Amino acid sequence: MSERLWELLLQSFGQILIPGLTITIPLTVCSFTIGFMIALVAATVQVAGIKGLKELARLYVWVIRGTPLLVQLYVIFYGLPGFGIVWPAFPAAVVVFAVNTGAYASETLRAAIESVPKGQWEAGYCVGMDYWQILFRIILPQALKTAFPPLGNSLIGLVKDTSLAATITVTEMFMAAQRIAARTYEPFALYCETALIYLIFCTILTRLQRHLEKKLRME
Amino acid sequence: MFSTNNMLSITNLQKKFGSQNVLNGIDLQMDKGDVVVLIGPSGSGKTTFLRCINFLEQPDEGIIVLDGEQFSVKDIQKKEISRIRRKTGFVFQNYNLFRNKTALQNVTEGLIVARKMKKTAAEKLGRQVLDQVGLSDRYDYYPHQLSGGQQQRVGIARAIALNPEVILFDEPTSALDPELVGEVLAVMRDLAREGRTMIIVTHEMNFARQVATKVIFLDHGEVVEEGTPEQIFEEPGEERTRQFLRSVSHRG
Ligand SMILES: Nc1ncnc2c1ncn2[C@@H]1O[C@H](COP(=O)(O)OP(=O)(O)OP(=O)(O)O)[C@@H](O)[C@H]1O
Ligand SMILES: [Mg+2]
Repeated sequence: MSERLWELLLQSFGQILIPGLTITIPLTVCSFTIGFMIALVAATVQVAGIKGLKELARLYVWVIRGTPLLVQLYVIFYGLPGFGIVWPAFPAAVVVFAVNTGAYASETLRAAIESVPKGQWEAGYCVGMDYWQILFRIILPQALKTAFPPLGNSLIGLVKDTSLAATITVTEMFMAAQRIAARTYEPFALYCETALIYLIFCTILTRLQRHLEKKLRME
Repeated sequence: MFSTNNMLSITNLQKKFGSQNVLNGIDLQMDKGDVVVLIGPSGSGKTTFLRCINFLEQPDEGIIVLDGEQFSVKDIQKKEISRIRRKTGFVFQNYNLFRNKTALQNVTEGLIVARKMKKTAAEKLGRQVLDQVGLSDRYDYYPHQLSGGQQQRVGIARAIALNPEVILFDEPTSALDPELVGEVLAVMRDLAREGRTMIIVTHEMNFARQVATKVIFLDHGEVVEEGTPEQIFEEPGEERTRQFLRSVSHRG
């Protein structure tokens, strides 16, 4: 490898990593947090069978899971301005990723809630608790434990998916890499370097996930 | 109609699952302090009967009078169901301890959340009932860290902490290894001695003989025969009862 290329890679490493730390990670964290809260609501209204809300949640999950993330980003960022709704790119991306994560995570949570044995509910009723007390104090804590590994996988998936935000002008890692590649005519090296940084992020998360899973199991 | 001591009176309790009649009009009278032992073959409706009493299962027909208050099961209100549950405790065959709570928390959960007791008072009472079932060294253990016998004793402690008028036991020892059965039966024997009103489904015939004030033999969702333990075990009047008792004694 030529010295010039080495230098370029070293230089660009920081230039790609910084938007990673300042954009990709905040985008992931914001989206996942909001998405998780959406998922909690969407899952519980379905489990509780609240009329109207349950159907709404099913519709939401159906539409979001049945359409590509990229198309959703375009609808929100390029489509809505046609109706006078103009967003800055970052909040638009947060909304789309949160709504997307929420749909998948709500299915994970719903399955986890339903996997808690019926006897846990019955024991709660027998000591005089009501539906919501049992759900929040007995069932959800157990369900979250079950849902932890798949939710961790969703989070790791989201880190990678945020690269799609480049298409709606969010200057996250991938966008930064594209700009350098266009300037320096070294697309192969630069995109490999970008892939490596994503790999580092995801490896750290995977390690963390494994560590926390072990801790949860010990409890 | 009832003796003044009447605690629980059930008249014509019926339950169908689909088209299958599981309870065909069960009657039961019990006074305060009575220990009713329910026996019968598998599928005879023993569990369903207990579950209908506190509405874990919705019965189709019948009248329940509990501690002087009458309930018609057919159009029972949510509020009435919670009043019934307040006056009954339930001990499950597979314990059903809250898996995310310690032994002590299992006992205090209902006290704090449903009975609105102060946490410190609930914990004091919780420790007291755990002591009573011989678990003073296991307050902070999670269910998966306890043996089956210990789990079931927590299950009993959880029920008695709420001081119910009637405690319902559904085969409390049948999920246990044989060597752990004794410790649970001992706790239940203490409760009987204390004068607790209980309905117990069990296959432990010796235990039934010792604690029961009344034994009921159920088959195909009907009370075939009822009487004192002596009557049922020594001189059963019905052939079906005799057959059943022979089959369980063969089991050892
Ligand atoms: N949820 C249910 N849905 C449909 N049928 C049921 C249900 N629960 C019980 N049954 C049926 O009702 C009948 C009585 O069951 P139940 O569990 O009350 O019997 P049991 O006397 O407790 O038996 P065992 O000694 O095996 O515990 C059985 O035929 C059973 O298959
Ligand atoms: Mg049964």
